Amino acid sequence: MALENSVILRTLTDQFGSAVSDFQQIHDILTFEVESNSISEVMSFLRDNQTMRFNFLTTLCGMHFPDAAKERQFSVVYHMHNWIDNVRIRIKCYLSAPYPEIETVSNLFLSANWQERETYDFYGIIFKGHPQLKRILNMDEMVSFPMRKEFPMEDGGRTDKDDRFFGRTTDNC
Amino acid sequence: MSDLLLPPELRYAGIIEARKNEDGSELSILNLGPTHPATHGIFQNILLMDGERIIDGEGTVGYIHRAFEKIAENRPFYQITPLTDRMNYCSAPINNMGWWMTMEKALGIEVPKRAQYLRVIVMELARIADHIICNSVLGVDTGALTGFLYVFQYREKIYEIYEEICGARLTTNMGRLGGFERDWSPLAFEKLNTLLEEFPPIWREFENLLTRNRIFMDRTINVGPISAEKAISYGFTGPNLRAAGVDYDVRVMQPYSSYEDFEFEIPVGKSGDTYDRFCVRNEEVWQSLSIIKQALAKLPEGPYHADVPDYYLPPKDEVYHNMEALIYHFKIVMGEVPVPVTEVYHPVEGGNGELGFYLVTDGSRTAYRLHFRRPCFIYYQAFNEMVRGQMLSDAIATLSSLNVIAGELDA
Repeated sequence: MALENSVILRTLTDQFGSAVSDFQQIHDILTFEVESNSISEVMSFLRDNQTMRFNFLTTLCGMHFPDAAKERQFSVVYHMHNWIDNVRIRIKCYLSAPYPEIETVSNLFLSANWQERETYDFYGIIFKGHPQLKRILNMDEMVSFPMRKEFPMEDGGRTDKDDRFFGRTTDNC
Repeated sequence: MSDLLLPPELRYAGIIEARKNEDGSELSILNLGPTHPATHGIFQNILLMDGERIIDGEGTVGYIHRAFEKIAENRPFYQITPLTDRMNYCSAPINNMGWWMTMEKALGIEVPKRAQYLRVIVMELARIADHIICNSVLGVDTGALTGFLYVFQYREKIYEIYEEICGARLTTNMGRLGGFERDWSPLAFEKLNTLLEEFPPIWREFENLLTRNRIFMDRTINVGPISAEKAISYGFTGPNLRAAGVDYDVRVMQPYSSYEDFEFEIPVGKSGDTYDRFCVRNEEVWQSLSIIKQALAKLPEGPYHADVPDYYLPPKDEVYHNMEALIYHFKIVMGEVPVPVTEVYHPVEGGNGELGFYLVTDGSRTAYRLHFRRPCFIYYQAFNEMVRGQMLSDAIATLSSLNVIAGELDA
């Protein structure tokens, strides 16, 4: 029998109570929020539990919401996949600015190692307990975190690409 | 501070010193890459060697990082396709189609059957082109140049088909939201049919050249193996995972673009070594050929794109002579199209594994966040573990059979 969303919801709520919340189906994936300090626990439960069996960490990535409340300015989004029942889930963890920190899951899934390094590299999110948390795609000497929204994509002094002529300012583009 | 945070040459200096004092042996550091002819891409491996044997290694990636995810946050949606081309440039159409399907999922657009079948054909052609390169280059790296030159001309023929479809060859920027920019010309089908006739005997001969070749087998069997458990934990997907014996394929698990209409088999290997990866890719080429034949035989008539005037560029003829068409053309080109606030994850089976697009929109003309799940980047981190204890020449064969594409690795 395929794994139903309601079963996932009930099992997780029974197990973790208020640490998991905001369950919703977005397109084809069940999405929910996990408190950042329980992520390692929740993911190892999802992986090892005999009904859950989410054996594969598809991807993880960071996000930045500069306009949100201070506690929710950063997030890490995990996609997990149960290959036996063919169910995907998306887990979101919100982290607080200015020093976002979360537990590593690289001890649960080896594939998280480089992906967490990438997330650190681009968002400055610290993964506690990561064995080798250093920059991966950018050079080591870099001091900023380029995927944060305040980091400009191009040199602000450029005059050959003025979007104001099309009715756009930096606020509404 | 953890030892691993140090640059590898400093870390290894300590190990070399310790071993020298211990038994007088002389370890050395070898710098493989970033621009080494055998790595087939720009990435560096700093290897700690005991003679010819690899004791440890550390990879440095990012030499051709082009900030695609950042650019994607600043570009209208249709301008993201050229970025996807440049990830896995050996099979660009799969990336293009994957991106369009992600957008279509976010917007809820139903693509007509003909366009879906045409997409399947072009994606399978891309898979063949990808596997041709990977397998023939594996031959080159183990000393057999002939096969490479022999099959490489068929990649050229595949590129000629792309050219007939969209005008470009390597970085194709193919398709549009909802289908294709134009219907395929009769010449494209003609070229496709010629390829389907001429290529199989050539591929058979290529297989004969290598599969039971004693030298090739000695060079690849038990070289760079990985167990199924390790492969899953390391996030392997695609042919590299299937070589380890796990039959995971996105085309079957989560069929997209009408893959459920076709009969095909998923070849799996056993030991996850270089030879198995070679054999799995070989067989996948046959399966892809069979899918293309089935799709051609069943190809329905009908429109080649969805009827979505909000997103699909109007015909040029109308743009030049008709006010409304001109307005729509301008709006679409400037990215002023209605986009709902949503988030989608869409995976496709790329040449190297599950290529995923995680798109978050906030209703503006650009993506709020677009994350590419790049299979190469995820599985390449297993490389050092796979080659530890092996010979240097085996590391080259392993790297080649993993089919690490620098563009996809670095994004």
